[in-house]
Amino acid sequence: MIKINALIEVFPQLARGLGITVSVLIAAAIFSYIMAFAAGLCRLSKNVFIRKATSVYVEIFRGTSLIVQLFWLYYAIPMLFGIQLGSNWWTGVIAIGLNYGAYMSEVVRGSILSVAKGQTEAAIALNMSPFQRMRLVIFPQALRMMLPEFSNYTIQMLKATSLVSLIGMTDILYYGDIIRSANLSQAPIVYVLVLIFYFLLALPLIFLQRKAEEISKKGVASQ
Amino acid sequence: MLKPIVEYKDVHKSFGEVEVLKGINLDIYPGEKIAVIGPSGSGKTTIIRMLMTLEEPTSGDIYVDGKNLWKMEKNGEMVRANEKHLREIRSDIGMVFQHFNLFPHMTILENCMTAPIHVKKEDKEEVRERSIHMLERVGLGDKLNNYPSQLSGGQKQRVAMARALVMRPKIMLFDEVTSALDPELVGEVLEVIRDLAKHEDMAMVLVTHEMDFALDIADKVLFLDKGIIAEQGTAREVIEQSDNARLQEFLRRFRK
Ligand SMILES: Nc1ncnc2c1ncn2[C@@H]1O[C@H](COP(=O)(O)OP(=O)(O)OP(=O)(O)O)[C@@H](O)[C@H]1O
Ligand SMILES: [Mg+2]
Repeated sequence: MIKINALIEVFPQLARGLGITVSVLIAAAIFSYIMAFAAGLCRLSKNVFIRKATSVYVEIFRGTSLIVQLFWLYYAIPMLFGIQLGSNWWTGVIAIGLNYGAYMSEVVRGSILSVAKGQTEAAIALNMSPFQRMRLVIFPQALRMMLPEFSNYTIQMLKATSLVSLIGMTDILYYGDIIRSANLSQAPIVYVLVLIFYFLLALPLIFLQRKAEEISKKGVASQ
Repeated sequence: MLKPIVEYKDVHKSFGEVEVLKGINLDIYPGEKIAVIGPSGSGKTTIIRMLMTLEEPTSGDIYVDGKNLWKMEKNGEMVRANEKHLREIRSDIGMVFQHFNLFPHMTILENCMTAPIHVKKEDKEEVRERSIHMLERVGLGDKLNNYPSQLSGGQKQRVAMARALVMRPKIMLFDEVTSALDPELVGEVLEVIRDLAKHEDMAMVLVTHEMDFALDIADKVLFLDKGIIAEQGTAREVIEQSDNARLQEFLRRFRK
């Protein structure tokens, strides 16, 4: 049975983890977007070396699991190379950002490639430079195509932030585990609340995704 | 003696193994209106795409205002043109496409204003006035802030023409600009072209299947067949005096 006083007891403790979850999400999201655009554009570069090097990054991070990458960055790399990536907060942000950046770079690349060829031709006929074609014509349309996928990945990233509890970050799930191990009878209410927390955090993102889908339906000429 | 603004000199073009243009020689004079007709696959589109720098000739030269379009001089040698060279010459040329290719994320006024502002670095207010004027001229003065998706095919094509015109090209290329349109929308687009042909002193090259229209407005008609210019002359010469059997058959099929 879920009792109301248990609820009052557990809620503020879980809420303490909220700050970590949200801050990791925001930082990891920003970092992953930057990685996505950088890697996505590099994979379209004329330079073979840049293209190959970027696809090594993308395939490694897509081909292995986030939790393994997290442990690598947190435990293995500092011991092997003596490189400290900073606090566990930073390690979590970097691991999630690199992982999702790799996935999202494919979205960036695919969107740019799927802008119709006629758009480039019209831009050439108007004598735009290659950079102007990208900036004024291709990229704005590609961005509209990316938005729904980007918000989708951001929702997944929110869920992935819970992994940072495994490297000792005190996020929502971490506090949930603490309370549960101290008092097993509270396990149901703890995990119900954890669910609700994550869902409430996801709600605005889901709303944003709807909006993104509407925007992207308009204003794109795709192949 | 008037000098041609465009000269094709023995231009060949192959796609892979297939040679689709087999030695094109052509002079276009300032202000001249040229209609290009011919069967499907004869290379009409390819001819004008090479002038728009969308397709590179396999061999031969194209000169615009006396300058070699696809080659430039470097250390006393002629080498393949770079982007900067192409951009310099391209500013004289404009093109209207079969499928309009309007920018869907911009209003139609923005479609017209973007290139003059960013490419030619012209004054924004002056460009706005000129664009509005041009859109009014093609009958779309009341749609300035609409997006392309809100327009009919005929309206889109008229925007595409206005967009090309505000760049003030010396040569305008039209690639079957009415063939993607519903039949009832063809007339409004042809009217705009007729107006341009009458009042603008730029050269115009029209690839078209609207045979009667083309013969009506063109100073010169080219009949393209299997990658060569099989016949050229005034409309009258080409239609009435040519004894080219394939041309006669083509005309029988396409004229009402
Ligand atoms: N990018 C390309 N790659 C390969 N083949 C091409 C390409 N563009 C054109 N071709 C071929 O070159 C030939 C000439 O094409 P082009 O488009 O110039 O003909 P067209 O006279 O404009 O025909 P239509 O009246 O059907 O538009 C055709 O056989 C076409 O299949
Ligand atoms: Mg064609």
